[in-house]
Amino acid sequence: MTTTLRRLTAALLPLLAAHAMAADSPRNARLDDQTQLPKAPARPAGKAYFQPPAEADIPNNAYGDLVRRGQDLFMNTRALAPEYVGNEMNCVNCHIDRGRKANSAPLWAAYTMYPAFRKKNNKVNTFVERMQGCFQFSMNGKAPAADSEVLAALTAYAYWMSGGVPIGKVQPGRGFDEPPPPRGGYDIARGQQVYEKQCALCHGDDGAGRKVGATSVFPPLWGKDSYNWGAGMHRINTAAGFIQHNMPLGRGETLSDQEAWDVAAYINAHERPQDPPPGQWRHR
Amino acid sequence: MFISPARPLALTLCLSASLAALSVPARAADGEAIIQKGGANPAAMPCMSCHGADGKGMAAGGFPRLAGLPEAYIAKQLADFKAGRRENPLMQPIAQALDAAEAAAVAMAYAALPKVQVKAGPLERPKEGSGAWLALRGAWDRNIPECTLCHGPAGVGVGDAFPPLAGQSAEYIEAQLRAWRASPARLAGKKGKAVAAVPPTRRNDPNGLMQHIAADLSEAEIKAVSAYFAGLGETTEPLDASQHRLR
Ligand code: HEC
Ligand code: HEC
Ligand code: HEC
Ligand code: HEC
Repeated sequence: MTTTLRRLTAALLPLLAAHAMAADSPRNARLDDQTQLPKAPARPAGKAYFQPPAEADIPNNAYGDLVRRGQDLFMNTRALAPEYVGNEMNCVNCHIDRGRKANSAPLWAAYTMYPAFRKKNNKVNTFVERMQGCFQFSMNGKAPAADSEVLAALTAYAYWMSGGVPIGKVQPGRGFDEPPPPRGGYDIARGQQVYEKQCALCHGDDGAGRKVGATSVFPPLWGKDSYNWGAGMHRINTAAGFIQHNMPLGRGETLSDQEAWDVAAYINAHERPQDPPPGQWRHR
Repeated sequence: MFISPARPLALTLCLSASLAALSVPARAADGEAIIQKGGANPAAMPCMSCHGADGKGMAAGGFPRLAGLPEAYIAKQLADFKAGRRENPLMQPIAQALDAAEAAAVAMAYAALPKVQVKAGPLERPKEGSGAWLALRGAWDRNIPECTLCHGPAGVGVGDAFPPLAGQSAEYIEAQLRAWRASPARLAGKKGKAVAAVPPTRRNDPNGLMQHIAADLSEAEIKAVSAYFAGLGETTEPLDASQHRLR
């Protein structure tokens, strides 16, 4: 970061922090799709997380082809479904290991929990609606129609992966297992230090991530190509959970809960797209 | 370490000795001249005697490709050899014999040579347990991300910190993974004599991002993943940068 920029950010941070905290509470009705998941039970000592089926177990028939297409879309969303993606993100960026990793909101723990009744809006949400929420907010895009080929393939992929998970029973490893808020609160300036030491190498001083040609390799954490205000990752506690378990890449669970909260607050204190106005979304 | 078979070492030493004798001291840090004729200090032997006339390395000796590596990465490696964070009996004395201006100049000269390019292929469906699987899917049960997540699609490298794996030989990739992996001591027992611990000889990865990965790979996995990247080859066709690389 240049010194001018650093000074500018320092001046803006209190302002931005206020905004980031406001995002902790739903701002409008559309946010309901991204409300926080209920806390999943802890993994019993000595027991492994659910093991989703292996790729070799995908059958070689029309259903298997749909499952594979779902996995391709999940990993290459920007490239294969550009009409629905308004930023430089792919589903796998936040749902690590093709949506298989525990504490990275894995698909195997999600699929069997829908349809889910939400007291808050007195509405039953389907699995497809949940994914549409991620398209709208996490991908800053346009939700594909419920009966679209894209959502049919993604649903088939999640259905296949959850084979063997009991219906309606919350699995340990679901969601991001958010760490409790730190006693003394979080600190954005401390978060900046964590960021510069542990994250900037990949995600860049400017948070824009890094590309090779057209392909995003390290995804953007803020700025125009990242998730928008309405995304679940924009809640500091949810980002803290994701980061504590999954970042720095390959070295998850090495940051303290405090560091994870601080750096999550720092990331979410930056500019990013607001919700795409309904009907006015356009593909860049 | 790659020099365990004694032959390549002896061979390179006499090769380099004869080339060093021919070399004239380079003028004030001319990168090209250092590559061809060596540095001002004769111990800084001409790079091309080992790294190849085209800078693409020599597989048999375990000499890596330097052509097109990021300037900052090359400069960092030279500093790491010099400081002993990366140990190697051939490269350390050479890095020590380069002065700061020479190291900077030669890093710039190699970075200016053509970068490795790999044809954008169709979507790959690797088989579980193969080298391709590790490269493209990782082994997340051991916290090993797919190699291409850091080393870039088709291993072409990302930015200054993540070097390309494409364009390097299997011998060299294996040697680096072993240099990071090290091995714990083994007590004498049914399986054989006691073996002393081997500490890592490469300890220069930023924030320990690479070391734990190498440490958790089996010998068979090291061989398989190295063969995968070495087998990607290189294309001379110009690449269409607007084309997405699929995962
Ligand atoms: C920017 C990060 C991000 C991206 C990108 C993203 N998601 Fe999500 N996803 C989240 C968050 C955050 C949650 C909510 C988790 C929570 O509240 O604990 C979530 C939840 C989900 C859930 C529900 C999980 C459950 O256990 O109920 C599904 C299914 C899902 N996402 C699918 C997708 C799909 C499909 C895509 C790509 C179109 C995608 N996500 C892209 C962050 C992301
Ligand atoms: C070695 C490179 C690397 C480092 C270091 C790293 N990340 Fe990441 N990060 C990634 C990659 C790659 C992904 C996407 C994973 C995928 O697509 O499979 C990611 C994904 C993310 C995401 C979700 C996607 C998004 O863009 O919002 C967040 C948030 C994140 N990282 C935060 C952090 C934070 C905070 C740190 C420092 C504590 C950090 N990362 C360190 C490489 C890295
Ligand atoms: C006598 C043979 C020899 C000569 C001459 C030589 N090198 Fe090397 N170089 C090696 C070997 C062997 C390695 C691999 C070391 C290892 O396994 O860690 C290496 C590795 C390197 C690397 C690390 C590359 C990477 O991908 O990390 C750099 C940079 C390098 N050499 C630069 C130079 C420069 C600059 C010169 C000329 C001033 C030079 N070398 C001359 C043998 C040589
Ligand atoms: C989390 C990021 C990350 C992942 C994932 C990763 N690497 Fe690396 N790797 C690095 C970094 C950083 C370096 C450069 C270290 C340095 O500065 O010397 C590196 C260097 C290397 C080198 C040395 C290259 C050279 O020119 O000397 C090899 C070989 C290598 N990695 C192999 C692999 C393989 C094989 C995998 C997959 C099993 C892998 N890496 C996965 C981060 C990563």
